[in-house]
Amino acid sequence: MKALGWIALAALAAGLPLYAGEFYVNLTSQILIAAIFAAGLNLLVGYGGLSSLGHASYLGVAAYSSAWLSLNLAMPHWASAPIALAFTTLMACLFGVIALRATGLGFLMITLALSQVLWGLGYRWVSVTNGDNGLSGLTRPAPFGINLDGATPFYYFCLVVTVFALWMIARLVHSPFGAGLRGTRDQARRMAALGHNVGLVRWLTFVYAGFWGAVAGLLYVYYHKYIHPTALSLTSSAEGLLAVIAGGSGTLAGPVIGAAIVVLLKNYVSAFVERWNFLLGLVFVLIVIFMPDGLVPGMKRLWLRWRGERR
Amino acid sequence: MTIDRRKFLKGAAGAGITAAAGAHAPLVFSQGGEPIRIGLLTVKTGPLASGGIDMERGMVMYLRERNNMLAGRKVELVVADTGGVPATARTKTQELVEKNRVHVLIGPLAAFEALAIDDYIRQQAIPTLSVAAAEDMTQRKPNPWFARATSTSSQCAHPMADYCAKTLKWKRMAVIADDIAYGHEMLAGFQRVFEENGGRVVQKFFPPLTVPDYGTFLAQLKTNVDGIFLGFAGSNGFRYLRQFNEYGLLGKVTPVGGMTALDEAVLRNMGDEALGILTSCWYSAELENPVNRAFAPAFRKEFKYDPGFYAAATYTNGAMLETALNEVKGKVEDKQAFMKALRGTKALTCRGPVQFDEYGNVVGNVYIRRVERKEGRLVNSVIYTYPGVSQFWTYDPKAFLANPVYSRDWPPAKHLES
Amino acid sequence: MQFWIIQTLNSLALGGLLFLLSSGFSLIFGLMRIANLTHGALFMLGAYVGVSILKVIPNLWVAALLGGLAVAAFGGLLERFILRKLAGNSLGQVLVTLGFAFMIADLCLIIWGGDPIPVPTPPELRKPLVVAGVSFPTYRLVVVVIAIVAAIGLYLLMERTRLGAMIRAGVDDMQMARAVGIPVSKLFTIVFCLGAGLAGAGGIIGGPILSAYPGLDGEMLPLALIVVILGGVGSLVGAFVGSFIIGFIYTFGIALMPDLAYVILFLPMIFVIAFRPRGLFGRMTA
Repeated sequence: MKALGWIALAALAAGLPLYAGEFYVNLTSQILIAAIFAAGLNLLVGYGGLSSLGHASYLGVAAYSSAWLSLNLAMPHWASAPIALAFTTLMACLFGVIALRATGLGFLMITLALSQVLWGLGYRWVSVTNGDNGLSGLTRPAPFGINLDGATPFYYFCLVVTVFALWMIARLVHSPFGAGLRGTRDQARRMAALGHNVGLVRWLTFVYAGFWGAVAGLLYVYYHKYIHPTALSLTSSAEGLLAVIAGGSGTLAGPVIGAAIVVLLKNYVSAFVERWNFLLGLVFVLIVIFMPDGLVPGMKRLWLRWRGERR
Repeated sequence: MTIDRRKFLKGAAGAGITAAAGAHAPLVFSQGGEPIRIGLLTVKTGPLASGGIDMERGMVMYLRERNNMLAGRKVELVVADTGGVPATARTKTQELVEKNRVHVLIGPLAAFEALAIDDYIRQQAIPTLSVAAAEDMTQRKPNPWFARATSTSSQCAHPMADYCAKTLKWKRMAVIADDIAYGHEMLAGFQRVFEENGGRVVQKFFPPLTVPDYGTFLAQLKTNVDGIFLGFAGSNGFRYLRQFNEYGLLGKVTPVGGMTALDEAVLRNMGDEALGILTSCWYSAELENPVNRAFAPAFRKEFKYDPGFYAAATYTNGAMLETALNEVKGKVEDKQAFMKALRGTKALTCRGPVQFDEYGNVVGNVYIRRVERKEGRLVNSVIYTYPGVSQFWTYDPKAFLANPVYSRDWPPAKHLES
Repeated sequence: MQFWIIQTLNSLALGGLLFLLSSGFSLIFGLMRIANLTHGALFMLGAYVGVSILKVIPNLWVAALLGGLAVAAFGGLLERFILRKLAGNSLGQVLVTLGFAFMIADLCLIIWGGDPIPVPTPPELRKPLVVAGVSFPTYRLVVVVIAIVAAIGLYLLMERTRLGAMIRAGVDDMQMARAVGIPVSKLFTIVFCLGAGLAGAGGIIGGPILSAYPGLDGEMLPLALIVVILGGVGSLVGAFVGSFIIGFIYTFGIALMPDLAYVILFLPMIFVIAFRPRGLFGRMTA
C-alpha cells in the first residue's frame, strides 16, 4: 500500500512537465528549493529542539558566494559550487559555536542577530554585494552539458537534488546520531549523564543544517539568476520556520508540505487575494494555534481517526 | 480605492464610461476576438505601496477613458503585486507571461526588481515599459525589450544642477540621498553637472535607507553652503525636511530636490515648511499641456489628490503603448515590429512631448518646479522647462557610456570638506 | 565642538525614544518569556492611532494617553485569547506574535494608506532651543524628559507597589511565585497590556520625530531587541541604560562610520548573548 503511494508520487513528480504548464513547473521548482531549505532547518528545529530565525544566512551566503565567484573570477559552476558550499559550511561552523552558547530563546535571538548582521552587510558592502542593486547577469550550471535554462530541465535538476537531500537527511534522522539528537532535544541532562557530548551533537547538527541551507541557496541563485539582500532578511528566515512549523516539525514530510504551503501562498494566492500579506500572518497564527504539531501530524491523526471510525 | 483583478475584469466587460480625456477618435482595426493583454507589475504591500497603488490607478484610468480599447482591440489588464521583493517580482513576471500570456509588461516599480527580471525579459522577448530608474538597463547593459518613459536616476538631476549653477548662481552645495543605487546615481549626476559649471559639492551624505532619524546628518551639515540637494525617494525626503525644519535649518540653508523628493503624493501631507522649495521632475500635476489639463483634474476628482510621479508614469506609458499599437495596427503579437514601433514612437503625453533614444530611454521635457499654495493645497508649479532632455544630458552618448556607471565613488568628489 | 554637542543630544533623544519602545518589550520578555515580535507593529499602530485621535483632539499628550490605552487594550485581547492558549509553547508564542506583526502591518496599510503621515509637534515646542549657540529641536529634549519620567514611574510601580512586587517575583522565579499564590495568568495579561500600552504611547510620542509610515515596525523592532538583550531581560534599569547606550552607539556610529552602522548595533548584542547571557543588569539568562 505504502509502496504504491510512493510510486504514484514519483510518477506525479516526474511527469509534471507533461501535464502542467511552464508556470506551474517553475512554481514547483521553487517549492523544491524551499523544501530543501525547510528540511535542513527542521533538523535543528524539529529533531534538535533548537529554533533558529537566522537560517536564511546560509542560503544567502551560498548564493552570494556563487554569484561573486562567477562574476569576479569567471569561475565555472563545477568549481564555484563546492567552494561556495565549503565557505558557507565553514561559516555555519563558526556561527554554531557562537549561537550554541545559549539555548531556547537566547539561541533564537543570536541566530536572528547573526542573520541581521549579514543582511546589513549585504546592503552596505557594496563593493562585494553591489548593495541594493543585487548581483545580476548570472548563469545556470550545465551539468554534463545539459542546458538548464528551460523550466523543465531545471525542474528535473531540482528534483534530483531535492530527492538526494531529503534522502540524506532521512538517513541522518534514522541513524544512531539522529536518535541521539532527539535525545538531546527531549532530555538533554539525561543524555549528558549517559556520556553523550550534547554540545557536539548539537553543533554537528547545526553545521549539517547549514550545509543543506547552502545547497538550497545554490539552487536559489541558479533559479533566479539574481541575488539581492532580501534573501537574507528576517522574513526569509521566518518563512522557512513557518514552513517547518506548518508542515510539522519533527517529521520528514512536514517541511516539504510546509514549503509548498508557503510558496503557494506567497506566489500563487497573491494573485487572487489582494491582502495576501495579511493572509500569510493569519495562516501563521491559525496553524500555531490549531495545529501546533503542524499539518502532517494533524492530517495523520485525522486519517487514523477516520480509518478507525470506518472499522 | 484599489481595484483587484477580478473586479477590474468585470468593470472592463461592462465599461461604458467615457471621460473627457484628450478627445480620441478610436481607430478601428479588425483583429479577431483576442484581446491585448497587459501585465502591470506593481507594489501594493509593504513600504513601496504608496507609489505602486498610484501606478495602478494611473493605468486603470487611462484604459477606462478609452473604454478599455486600444487600436481597436479590447484590452485586458492584469495587475500583479510584487511586494517590492525581487524574487517575488520574478515569479509574478513569470506568472504574467506564462499563465496570463500577456503581450506587454508595464513596470516594475523598483530598480532592483527590474534587474531581477532583466534576463527573463530578454529570454521571453516581452516588450516592457519600465517605471524603474536603474541606469544601466538603458546604458551599458541595454535590454532590447525595454522602453522607459519615465527617467533614469540622474536624468532629472542634471538639469537641476544646471539650474542651481547658472540661474541660482550657487557656488557651494551639499548633497544627500538614500544609500541605495538610485541615490548614488542621482547625486553623481548632480555633482558632475554642478561642478562642471563652476560649483563645488562640499558635502555628500548617504544615510542608510531605513534610518529612523536624520539628526546625525543634520548635525553635520555645514550652514555656509548655498543649498542642499535632496535625492530621496518615497517618504524619506518628507521626513528629512521635517527634521530639517526642527533643527532650525530652513532659514539658513536652502533645500532643493530631485524628482522623487517632493512628489505630489508626499506633498499633500506637508505644510508651510515646503513652500518655495524647488525640485526637478519630468512631470508636475500643474503642467499646462492639453493632455494633462484633462488628466490631472480628472484624477483629482476621482481620488481626491493630485497625480504624481507614479500615476503619471503609467498614464504616460499608456499613451506610448497606444501610439505604438496604432502604428502596428494593433498587431502586438508581432513582437519585433511592435518593439520597433514602440521605440520609434513620438507622442504627446501628460508630461509633454516624448520620444525614445536608441537605447530605449525617454527624451522629454524636465521641469523645474516650485512648491506653492494654490486653492488651499500645495502644488508643484512649473517655473522653468528644459526641453528634450535625454539620459546623457549634453554629453556625447559614446563618451558617457565609456565612463563607469554613476555610483557613490564615480565621478569622484574632489571638493569635499570635512 | 558643535558636532559633539548636537550628536550627544541626538543620542539622548534617541535613547529616550528607545526606552519608551523597549521598556514594554523587556517586561514582557522578562516576565512572560515571550519575545514579543509584535512590539514594533504595536509601536507603529500607536503612531497611526495617534494620528487619527489628533484629528479630533489636537493635543499630543491626550492622544498619547488615549492611544496608549487603545493599544494596551488590543494587547490585552491578544494575550488573553491567543497567547494564553499557547502557554508553555514559547516557540509557538514567538511565531504567533510574528504572524500578528504581519497582520497589523497590513491592516495599517489598508486603514491609513501607504503614504507617510506626519504627526504635528505641539505648537509650544516647535521653536528650536538655542543653547550655547547650538540649535536643537526642543521636542526631542522633551522626549528625554518624558522617558525619564516614565522610567521613574515604572520604577515606583515595580518597587513600591504590590503589583510590582508580584511582577518581580514572577521574573525571578515563576514556579515559586505560583506556589505562593500569585495569580500568574492575570499578571501576564496586565503586564502584556502595560508593555503594549508603553509601545503604543511611545509610537505617538515619537511621532513628531519619526512620523507614521509603513515599515516603521520593521525599523523599530530590531532596536528593541538589541536594547533588551544588552540591558538584560526583565530589568528596567537594564532597559534604561541599554537604551541610552544603543542611542549613543547608533548615533555616533552613523555619524562616524555610516557604512557599518547597522552592523555595529548587532555586535554588542551577539557578544552579550554569547558571553554574558544575562545582559548588563539582567537577573536571568535570555
